[in-house]
Amino acid sequence: MRPIKVLSRNPDDYVRETKYDIQRVPRNYDPSLHPFEVNREYARALNATKLERVFAKPFLASLDGHRDGVNCMAKHSTNLSSLLSGSCDGELKIWNLTKRECVRTLQAHEGFVRGIVVRFCGTSFFTVGDDKTIKQWKMQSPGYGEEEEPLNTILGKTVFTGLDHHRREGVFATCGQQVDIWDEQRSSPVRSFTWGVDSFSSVRFNPVETELLASCASDRSIVLYDMREATPLKKVVMTMRSNTLCWNPMEAYYFTCANEDYSLYTYDMRNLEQPVVVHMDHVSAVLDVDFSPTGKEFVSASFDKTIRIFPKDGGHSREVYHTKRMQHVICIKWSADNKYILSGSDEMNIRLWKANASEKLGVLAHREREAANYNQKLKEKYQHHPQVKRIARHRHLPKNIYHQAKELRVMREARRRKEKNVRKHSKPGSVPVVTEREKHVVTVVK
Amino acid sequence: MASAGEAPGGEDTHVEKKKKASERYWEEPGKDGNQTEKNDGESKQLQHKKAEKSRKRKLEHKPRDQSRGKNFLSGKTDPFPGPAPVPKDRIQKFKRKEDMSKPRHKRHKLRQLITQSEDASKMSQNQAARFDLLLPEDAGFLEGDEGEDTCTISQNDIADAVDLASSAKYFNLKLSQFGPYRLDYSKTGRHLVLGGRRGHIACLDWQSKQLMCEINVMESINDVKWLHSESMYAVAQKKWLYIYDSNGIELHCIRKFNDVLRMQFLPYHFLLATVSATSFLQYLDVSVGKEVAAICTKTGRLDVMCQNPYNAIIHLGHANGTVTLWSPNQKEALVKMLCHQGGVRSVSVDKTGLYMVTSGMDKKLKVYDIRTFKPLKSYFLPAGASCLSLSQKGLLSAATGDIVQVYRDVWSTPVTKPYMAHRVRGAVSGLHFCPFEDVLGVGHGDGFTSMLVPGAGEPNFDGLDANPYRSAKQRQEWEVKALLEKIQPELISLNPNKLGEVDRATFEQRHQDRVEALGFDPLAKQKFVPKFKKKGRSSSGAVERRKKQVAHEDQRELIKNTIEQKMRTEKEQEWKIKESVVFRKKSALDRFKK
Repeated sequence: MRPIKVLSRNPDDYVRETKYDIQRVPRNYDPSLHPFEVNREYARALNATKLERVFAKPFLASLDGHRDGVNCMAKHSTNLSSLLSGSCDGELKIWNLTKRECVRTLQAHEGFVRGIVVRFCGTSFFTVGDDKTIKQWKMQSPGYGEEEEPLNTILGKTVFTGLDHHRREGVFATCGQQVDIWDEQRSSPVRSFTWGVDSFSSVRFNPVETELLASCASDRSIVLYDMREATPLKKVVMTMRSNTLCWNPMEAYYFTCANEDYSLYTYDMRNLEQPVVVHMDHVSAVLDVDFSPTGKEFVSASFDKTIRIFPKDGGHSREVYHTKRMQHVICIKWSADNKYILSGSDEMNIRLWKANASEKLGVLAHREREAANYNQKLKEKYQHHPQVKRIARHRHLPKNIYHQAKELRVMREARRRKEKNVRKHSKPGSVPVVTEREKHVVTVVK
Repeated sequence: MASAGEAPGGEDTHVEKKKKASERYWEEPGKDGNQTEKNDGESKQLQHKKAEKSRKRKLEHKPRDQSRGKNFLSGKTDPFPGPAPVPKDRIQKFKRKEDMSKPRHKRHKLRQLITQSEDASKMSQNQAARFDLLLPEDAGFLEGDEGEDTCTISQNDIADAVDLASSAKYFNLKLSQFGPYRLDYSKTGRHLVLGGRRGHIACLDWQSKQLMCEINVMESINDVKWLHSESMYAVAQKKWLYIYDSNGIELHCIRKFNDVLRMQFLPYHFLLATVSATSFLQYLDVSVGKEVAAICTKTGRLDVMCQNPYNAIIHLGHANGTVTLWSPNQKEALVKMLCHQGGVRSVSVDKTGLYMVTSGMDKKLKVYDIRTFKPLKSYFLPAGASCLSLSQKGLLSAATGDIVQVYRDVWSTPVTKPYMAHRVRGAVSGLHFCPFEDVLGVGHGDGFTSMLVPGAGEPNFDGLDANPYRSAKQRQEWEVKALLEKIQPELISLNPNKLGEVDRATFEQRHQDRVEALGFDPLAKQKFVPKFKKKGRSSSGAVERRKKQVAHEDQRELIKNTIEQKMRTEKEQEWKIKESVVFRKKSALDRFKK
């Protein structure tokens, strides 16, 4: 017998037994059998990027029913599918998001509904309005024959402009001419904070250090408080007024504020000397901001009729949403399952968006999910290649926003150039370089 | 492993102290028992000592033992704790690149990113290497008896010695009417197309010997080539290039491609490269049917051609002894090598793209390293090789007249004898190894011979790339996937991994390109031309003064910059010295210094 062997495969090892089996796919990962792997991967990445843009259809639904502009919204604390919204005519609506319909309507206030907040247990919610009242309502709609009545009504001395509830205790805070801390059981504030003569536009409890609060004042300052102390902690004064702020739910020492000067600023609570990041891209005042529950991104609503999504540490937005009919966006919320964004705007509609524009909704099959993950990784890997980058960052913008952004860019460039020239022609050191982050902080007061 | 083996020994003695250990099938039977019978008293003493020793050892090794493996209730420990080792050489096979150097300064994010990606790649290498151990098939081989050359073993002997299915792979097709024949195997190695000089085309599933189609085009045929799958093939006929499907129906007649002599198909780019008698190298994109590039090589009749499967570069052999390398993106040859005195008869490049084998009219067979473009080996063949072909495993077949010789390891060791040899019935005109099989197809004047060459083919195919056993449905799916990841012809270059590297020179390159395109340097500082001023302020003296002022300012800036740079370097050096002093101070022996 000669020592000899010739390749001889048994087809049974490579072909499925019956037609009901799945096909056999023997693998060999030897790199020499897979030439051009970088080039092929690149082709795949390019395809994935193109498909992402093809499937980017973020707009899901519009919830209409309000008879005036939507002024404020609140997420339900325990129920994903509920949303509360208050409009400028004092009407409050509770929506079922899965059915996309209004389940309850009530006339909460005379004048604007300024703030809504759901109690942490989810059984009741508070509203404040222009009629100087704080009202507590039951979450359940009244039974047949019962009248729609608040559980509790507190008459304040001044107009309230916002409120927020404590995460674990029966304590809530309102703002108006001063920031008040209320006990749910009492009809007068437990504590009032003032710092100079001004009015406050929003107040937010810290989600982790639950005794801390932050508020935006109309004297261009952001003030931090400790509920247990009698006086405010500190404040930072900026060049322009901040409209609202939102704490990062994961790294709760960071908060982001939406400013009138078209930008958002992320601050570290421990060091207010300068913001950590300046988020620029809007071309008009930013009105509202909300963090995603993962704390990695946040969404902002602006007077320029667009919504933008920013990474928490990125200076520019990764996504911009707009429609022809959406007017100034007043309030914005990121849903608690990290999948949707809700925006309330001037023209009485609430819009439901996908947080990830090209994501496929619904249950994914295993292979589908694997493919999506693989594509995601490919896009990440090849994101810096010029072709891929160009496709991935292309967004269509309304004409006026496009031109306005261009104008702003030119203005900024001109200012920079001028400063450079001034510096060049003055005594060295007399015109210091001021970074974008330092520019907008006036002082920090303790 | 050795230290792990000790642990159970220690445990055994511990058990022995109380009573004799029960026999285990893996221990040598009766060994312990004999000992105890021979010297009872001594053994007891010994045992006592042993037990003490082992207890000591146990105390010492306790934490290590725990970390190494789980102690079972039976008292045994896992003899092979931890993950199974993977042989180093196998891991090396899957290593794509060297380890990255981490940035020196802080840069925590970058550091973390690099570590993560490195870990991931290491894990994938390990897993691939581990999977490699489990591959089902082994490569074929042929060994002669003592003192017997393997080249003297005839095909009939081999066919007799191997199993029935394999012996059926040695066969002759006697087609004496329309020869000599050119041939091509499809990418999976399942299908064969034969093209006779006098117009005969036959397609067959050669393993089952099923004829798919047989036609005569009534015209001379220069070359045949399968396209991406077994449903289409291209035929270079007397005048034009034709595409037929597997039923023999003419799909296209491509009049842009005339007088084609040789063809190569680039499977990942979906490009059909052709060379013609009019010295044109043309590329046809078969997925969209467009001519991608037509290059006039200006080197006369072209009938020697091969592709580099590693980077899709086309190698052409010329009558003046040069071999040129071409890509569709450049009108000139990428490389020109003088390989032979006299014309080049045949060229072949191996799968890994490292070696090129050429044969010429000077009856030499030369092996080149294509990374350095330098000759490695040169052999003299008495008759000179007319056709060359390299197999997946690196066997070289060379046809000299009507004899086909197969060589092994032509690039690593000097070869004196062929590995195998076989005489066919006419002059050989086409030679092709079948992928994934130990088979060499020979087209000659009297038809076609399929001969057995043990150890030629890759034993384990990848089902997602080229699966000889795929069904129609699988083929369709593969086709869609392959078309989706078609590589653009612009990406063909000598280094196919260029795309995965950092593009460092781009800015300078771009600037240079711009300068070339514009004809001037847009970033260069323009010469100062003083403005014309009225009221007598542009007298030549004043103009000269202004010029001087500007020149003076430039000079100042230059000086300022150089001084600043000097200061910076000085400071850095100072800091370095300081740092080194600080580090020296930290030495433990410094406390004794006075």
